Amino acid sequence: MLSAVILIPAVLNGLMTGAVYALVALGLTLIYGVLHIINFAHGALLTAAMFAAFFAYTVLGLDPYVALFLLMPVFFVVGYALQRYVIGPAAHGDDRNFLLVTLGLAVVIENALLYAFRADTRTVNLPYAFKVIEIGNMFLAVPRVVAFVAVVAVAAALWLFLQWTATGKAVRAVAKEKLGAELCGIDVAHIYAVTFGLGTACVAVAACLLIPTYYVNPTAGDAFVLIAFTIVVLGGMGSVIGALSAGLFVGVVESLSTIALGESLGQIGIFVMFIVVLLVRPSGLFGERA
Amino acid sequence: MKSYAPIVVVVALLAVVPFIVTSNVVLNFLVMALLIALAGQGWNLLGGYGGQYSFGHAAFFGTGAYVTAILQVRYGINAWLGLFVGIAVGALVGAAIGALSFRWGLRGSYFSLVTLAFAEVLRIVASVAPITGAGVGILIKLDLRPEAFQFQSRAPFYWIAVGLVGLSLVLVRAIEHSRFGAYLAAVRENEAAATALGVDAFAIKLGAMTISAAITAAAGCFYAQYFLFLDAAIAYGPWLSIDALLAPIVGGAGTLFGPLLGALVVKVLGEATKLFTGDAPGLDLVVYGVLLVGVVGLAPRGIAGFVATMTPKRLRLLWPSSLRHG
Repeated sequence: MLSAVILIPAVLNGLMTGAVYALVALGLTLIYGVLHIINFAHGALLTAAMFAAFFAYTVLGLDPYVALFLLMPVFFVVGYALQRYVIGPAAHGDDRNFLLVTLGLAVVIENALLYAFRADTRTVNLPYAFKVIEIGNMFLAVPRVVAFVAVVAVAAALWLFLQWTATGKAVRAVAKEKLGAELCGIDVAHIYAVTFGLGTACVAVAACLLIPTYYVNPTAGDAFVLIAFTIVVLGGMGSVIGALSAGLFVGVVESLSTIALGESLGQIGIFVMFIVVLLVRPSGLFGERA
Repeated sequence: MKSYAPIVVVVALLAVVPFIVTSNVVLNFLVMALLIALAGQGWNLLGGYGGQYSFGHAAFFGTGAYVTAILQVRYGINAWLGLFVGIAVGALVGAAIGALSFRWGLRGSYFSLVTLAFAEVLRIVASVAPITGAGVGILIKLDLRPEAFQFQSRAPFYWIAVGLVGLSLVLVRAIEHSRFGAYLAAVRENEAAATALGVDAFAIKLGAMTISAAITAAAGCFYAQYFLFLDAAIAYGPWLSIDALLAPIVGGAGTLFGPLLGALVVKVLGEATKLFTGDAPGLDLVVYGVLLVGVVGLAPRGIAGFVATMTPKRLRLLWPSSLRHG
């Protein structure tokens, strides 16, 4: 039988993996909450950020945890520009077009990476990648602990930004009532782009947290984004709190089901959960409307 | 009958190609384009005419392909029979996914997401289930007899592809002119209003999805016979889901010849890119992605719509209004 000695570390590990999932999902749900579109380019942007973190280390010699502070603003600008100058103008404000444009962007980014770097899988070797912290009779991997703390910090910073800054308030206003916000003099196109930039910056942070222990290849981001879709739906589309808690929940479920069922079936578990949630309760556990 | 005349002309023009061109490379290229046109016509019925954007048409393509292959390899059933069974099972899968999705009122992004998820689930299942050959894939035995749906030369395959595309064109034109087609357009334009007027939106969408899945499954069955090999990434991979929506959108979603026109343009561009860049992987798909963004951004009604803006204003009124600007 499963004893507490196995179970407790599994839950803790799940929570820490879930934190990174939650961060990817946070970007996705933020964009959905404000723009009301599903960003199909999210996974491709994550892959691009992972490549950026990889090359920041191998070419510039920047530790991923340092590169984080460089890539976060860079990807914010990338996301801002994409929404402001590509997605927004190309979509003409039609939801179906948004879907197609972001899907097209995903195809472009992923295959440009494939063309530039081939299908090779790359990893970085960091001295602390396999370090562990011992608590009682449990071992926690250092990169996972760092990732968990960083995600909490990012989520808190994001919350403070949305709660207290003028731009943050404008973002929330646009999410609630676009026309009303526009009539109050808020530049909606700008706020859309800021939101997209924030979502993309979340992905950049997630990439820097992943790269010490994960590999990168042109489709590396896909695995995460499908989990992120599940989390976003589970947590309620557009709900930040929902994304965080659902992210942690999915991380734990995955960790426990891997123990119970093995690797290959664990993947299916996520999809089945995704479809069931979509069908039975598309508004999610925390969502307000379908 | 006048409205079917363009179909006859197009099919006749396509059918004479093997008499003029004997190059296998050209025929192979055209077969692939026709295959995408067929899969795309399936998407077009649901997405273009019905306004339901599926991101997972690979689910139907793969099902058709696997059913044809498995029936032959595992049960020794004739390939022609397999073609019909494959189409039927594909339609069934479409009906099942449609019933689940539409029953719970999934629309827009939710519908796109759930179709994508179903295709991915099928892909993962196919990559581990023993009956599909799991990771190794499934190989159909070479048996070059017309009775076995295999031919010595490419021309018969090509004519069958033309025939299937022709049938899909006739089917979609017939739907366009039917009451069902009118209801479908009404649901696309405004589902609430259509329902208020007594249209059973659930039944209409379900019907469209079933026929749509059948058409795309036919493309899958044909693919299996043409290449005689399948694995999970080919059959259920996202490439087909993207090609199937790219072709009609580039050509003109919700127009009869959109998928055929789009498939030809997309494939020509893909080949041209390969010609310029050699065998480097990825760049042809980059072109597809740019094309998708560009068409949606600059010519939201596709090539067909773009051409229509060149003709007198009255003709424009014939185009579906959701595909018009704004």
